[in-house]
Amino acid sequence: MNIPHAKPGTSAENLTGEWKAYMPLVNGDKCIKCGICQNFCPEGIMGVVKKIPEIDYEYCKGCSICANECPVKCIAMERVGE
Amino acid sequence: MLKTKEGARVIGEMAANCKIDVCACYPITPTTHLTEELNKYYADGKIPEYITVESEFSALSALVGASATGARTFTTTGGQGLLLMHEVLFSAAGMRLPIVMLVGNRAVSSPLNIWNDEQDTISQRDSGWIQIYCRNNQEAVDSLPQAFYVAEKILLPVMVCVDGHYLTHAVEQVDVVPEEKVHKFLPPYKYPLKLDPENPVSLGVYANPTHYQDFRMDVVTDMFEAKKLLIEAGKAWAKISGREYGLMNAYKTKDADRIILGLGSVMDNVFTVVDDLREQGEKVGALHLRVFRPFPAEELAEILKGKKVGVIDRDISIGGAAPLYLEVLEALNGQKAEVSSFFGGLGGRGIKRSHIKELFDKMKGSPVKEWITKEPPKAKMNG
Repeated sequence: MNIPHAKPGTSAENLTGEWKAYMPLVNGDKCIKCGICQNFCPEGIMGVVKKIPEIDYEYCKGCSICANECPVKCIAMERVGE
Repeated sequence: MLKTKEGARVIGEMAANCKIDVCACYPITPTTHLTEELNKYYADGKIPEYITVESEFSALSALVGASATGARTFTTTGGQGLLLMHEVLFSAAGMRLPIVMLVGNRAVSSPLNIWNDEQDTISQRDSGWIQIYCRNNQEAVDSLPQAFYVAEKILLPVMVCVDGHYLTHAVEQVDVVPEEKVHKFLPPYKYPLKLDPENPVSLGVYANPTHYQDFRMDVVTDMFEAKKLLIEAGKAWAKISGREYGLMNAYKTKDADRIILGLGSVMDNVFTVVDDLREQGEKVGALHLRVFRPFPAEELAEILKGKKVGVIDRDISIGGAAPLYLEVLEALNGQKAEVSSFFGGLGGRGIKRSHIKELFDKMKGSPVKEWITKEPPKAKMNG
């Protein structure tokens, strides 16, 4: 008998990174550290503003919002696996 | 204590005897009188909380919340009301909430009809609710405490199905087991995992493909486990009431060559026809399937193997075979038995004893699949 339930904070156990079909790759040389991608990321997994984004791929769902919003187009979306 | 009372009202009395904490109902024919009774017991202080809601969907949703806090919960509906609950039925079962519901079986639209058949509950058979069908109001009243007993042990919700109008509006003598005895049979409800601010949990949560099927498999296993508990509850109830219940009522089936099987109040008529035909030397029997979910396939096969079986369905599956007939066929897979399917009696078209005699006659030949009660009853205008 198993009652499906979750304790507080345990949603982090769901590694949503496995959902993605495309992964964002940042070109650090082109990045102007504007913080737009970090503010727009719906998962909040792109590190802190004023620094080159550090993406946590265990949770990145590959939504491409960062690449779309980047004003200098330094984020490329690359196909994951096959 | 023997009481002469209308079905829906005497069921209300027993519901109040079960020490319910929370009721949420949206009244609908044919169980409107039951909601009236529950409301009265609430006004009298016997039921602590009664939530008036704006729909059946809300009624069951309210009980999902109440049940998750550890309250004993009860509601009633039928027909369209049950269909409106459809989504929440699956949630309640998947969340393992032991809600008990009295369904007054009613035909479903369209055309609109308030009279009896069993299409509403049969259409909810995959939802994860235990389903108990009652032959008469005595069975309905006795089945309520047993429903709570089983639900709270296996943590699955239970529908007690009572034929609308035929039973809900029938005034008959019913023995109502008094409150103190019911409380002894039914200890206070303790939910093992409840919504509690001191120890927070989320219930009804998201499950990834890594977990989802495991929970569904668990519900299936426990549903079959519930068979033992239903028998246990029926035996324990016999100790305080003198009336024992099980998964089915087999009536004169041992030496019978032909057996009619079905659900609900029509089976009381079949039992009577069996008596009549036995007097004429015909070896016939009847089997009332009390528990449809979990389906007692092995137990049925034990009784029906080698016999000619007629299955009455007062429900249909449009574009497929009749639901109960299919389940019986599956139970008898690999056994020598001839199974006929009789479907009809829909939307209040009564199945009379003369109809049932015809069915027993028909079963002497090869198995058939056909409509019954094709002719509407003749209206009596004079005398």
